[in-house]
Amino acid sequence: MPKRVITLTVNGETHEVAVEPWWTLLYTVREELGLTGSKEGCGTGDCGACSMLLDGRLVTSCIVLAVEADGCQVTTIEGLAQGGQLHPVQQAFVEKGAVQCGYCIPGMVMAAYDLLRRQPDPTLEEVRLALAGNLCRCTGYTKIYEAVLAAAERMRLEGARG
Amino acid sequence: MRPFAHFAPRSLDEALDIFRREGEGGRPLAGGTDLVVQLKEGGHKFPYPRYLVSLRRLPELRALGWHEEQGLRLGAGLTMAEVASNDWVRQRYPALADGAGLVGSRQTMNMATVGGNVCNAAPSADTAPPLLALEAQARIVGPQGERLLPLEEFWLGPGETVLRHGELLTEFLLPPPLPRSASLYRRHTPRQQMDIAVVGVAVAVALDDGGRTLKKVRIALGAVAPTPIRARRAEAALEGQAPSPEAIARAAAIAQEEARPISDVRGSAALRRHLVGVMTERLLREAIERARRG
Ligand SMILES: Cc1cc2nc3c(=O)[nH]c(=O)nc-3n(C[C@H](O)[C@H](O)[C@H](O)COP(=O)(O)OP(=O)(O)OC[C@H]3O[C@@H](n4cnc5c(N)ncnc54)[C@H](O)[C@@H]3O)c2cc1C
Ligand code: FES
Ligand code: FES
Repeated sequence: MPKRVITLTVNGETHEVAVEPWWTLLYTVREELGLTGSKEGCGTGDCGACSMLLDGRLVTSCIVLAVEADGCQVTTIEGLAQGGQLHPVQQAFVEKGAVQCGYCIPGMVMAAYDLLRRQPDPTLEEVRLALAGNLCRCTGYTKIYEAVLAAAERMRLEGARG
Repeated sequence: MRPFAHFAPRSLDEALDIFRREGEGGRPLAGGTDLVVQLKEGGHKFPYPRYLVSLRRLPELRALGWHEEQGLRLGAGLTMAEVASNDWVRQRYPALADGAGLVGSRQTMNMATVGGNVCNAAPSADTAPPLLALEAQARIVGPQGERLLPLEEFWLGPGETVLRHGELLTEFLLPPPLPRSASLYRRHTPRQQMDIAVVGVAVAVALDDGGRTLKKVRIALGAVAPTPIRARRAEAALEGQAPSPEAIARAAAIAQEEARPISDVRGSAALRRHLVGVMTERLLREAIERARRG
C-alpha cells in the first residue's frame, strides 16, 4: 500500500508528509521533519519526554498515530522560543539549574508551558500534578518545580506572552 | 508496530460502512492510549488488527447534553479532560468527574476517551465504577441497528465486552440524580497519579425527603473481580434504612463478601478485600454527609 500524505502545521509551518499508518506523530516529527527536540523515553505514554501540543492540547506523541494528526496544528519544543529569545519557561529552567542530562526537559517544558496557559498562578501542588506525567531520572524534581513557579511569576509580571 | 491500514471516517454511518465493507480484522481507534500501547507491546487479547477505524472525527460520539427528565447524554468519544471539567458532570455526577480526573496524566486525559476506557474492559478502569453507580446505559450501534444496554451487562471479562465486530459504543445515558443525593469515587493506589487502581469504589446515595432514611444506594467496585461490579447485596442491606454507623458498617462488610479479588503485582486478594471494606464504609459516610448538606 502506498504511504498516505498528511498535512501537519508544525510551529506555524505547514508540511505535507508521506507517512505509514503505523508511524507515530513523534517518529514523523523527528525523522521526517527533522525536529529532534521531542524525545522518546518509554514509547508507551508513561514518561512524557515526547510531549507536544496537538491542536492546543498536551499529548504524548509516542502513542498518537501520525495519520490521526492529519490537518492538525502541532507545537513542539522548537516552537517556544521567539526571535532567538527563549520562552520564560525555558529561561527559568536555565536560571534555576533545573536541567541535568536534559533528556526529559523538552517534555517538562511543554507540560509546564501548557499548565501556565491554563493556570497562570499555580500552587506548588498544581505544578506537581501538572508534571505528574513527566519523569526525570536526574534532578529529583525540586528545581524543576522552582523553575516553573519562577516562570509563572515572571510571566505574570511581564503581562504574559504566549 | 506491525503494518495495518487506517481509515478516518467523518460520520458514524461511514464508519459502520467501512467495517461492513472491509470485514473481519478491524478495530475502532479512539484516543489510542490503550490500543496503540497494546499494538506496540503486543499485550492485546485480540488478533493483531488488519485495519483501524478512527473514531476521532465522528460527531455522533461527541454528544454532551443535559435534560431535566432524561438526564445526561455523554458521547463515548469525549476525553477524560472534557468529562472531568464539564459543569453538568461535576455538579450532578461528581463520581464520574472524580474517576475521569484520575486517568493517567494531563497528557493521558487529553487523549483518553470515556468510551475507550469502558470498551477496553479493564477491571480497574477508573470511569467504570462511577458509571455503574450512576446507572449508566450504553448505546451500541452496529450493522444490526441499535440497542441500549445497562452498563452492568456490557462486560464479559477482562478485555471482553458484548460488542461484536463492527459495533460501536456511541454514548452513555445517565438518569438524572434524585434530590438529596450525592456520589463519589476513590481509588487506592501507592502513587497519587500515574498508577492503576488496586481497588476502586464508587457510591451514589439518595436520602428520602425528611433526610432520615436512605432511599437509594448504589455501590460499585473496580479491580476486585473479572469485571467492574455492583455490590447489590450491600446496596439492598442499606436501602430503606436509617444511615446509622452500624448499618453502614454492615453494608461495607457485605460489599467485602461480594468482592472476588485476585492477588497480583498490585496487591494481594486479602489486601483488596480489606480495602473494599474500609473504602466502602468511608465513602458511604462521606456521600451521606454530602447528600444531607444538599
Ligand atoms: C500513561 C497512561 C496512564 C493511564 N492511566 C489510567 C488510569 O489511571 N486509569 C484508567 O482507568 N486507565 C488508565 N490508562 C488507560 C487508558 O488511558 C484508558 O483506558 C482510556 O480511557 C482508553 O481510552 P482511549 O480513547 O485511549 O481508547 P483506545 O485505546 O483508542 O481504545 C481502547 C479499546 O476500546 C475500543 N474502543 C474505543 N472506543 C470505542 C467505541 N466507542 N466503541 C467500540 N470500541 C471502542 C478500541 O478498539 C480498543 O480495543 C492509562 C493509559 C496510559 C497510556
Ligand atoms: S516517550 Fe512518549 S511518554 Fe515516554
Ligand atoms: S534531567 Fe535527566 S532525565 Fe531529567
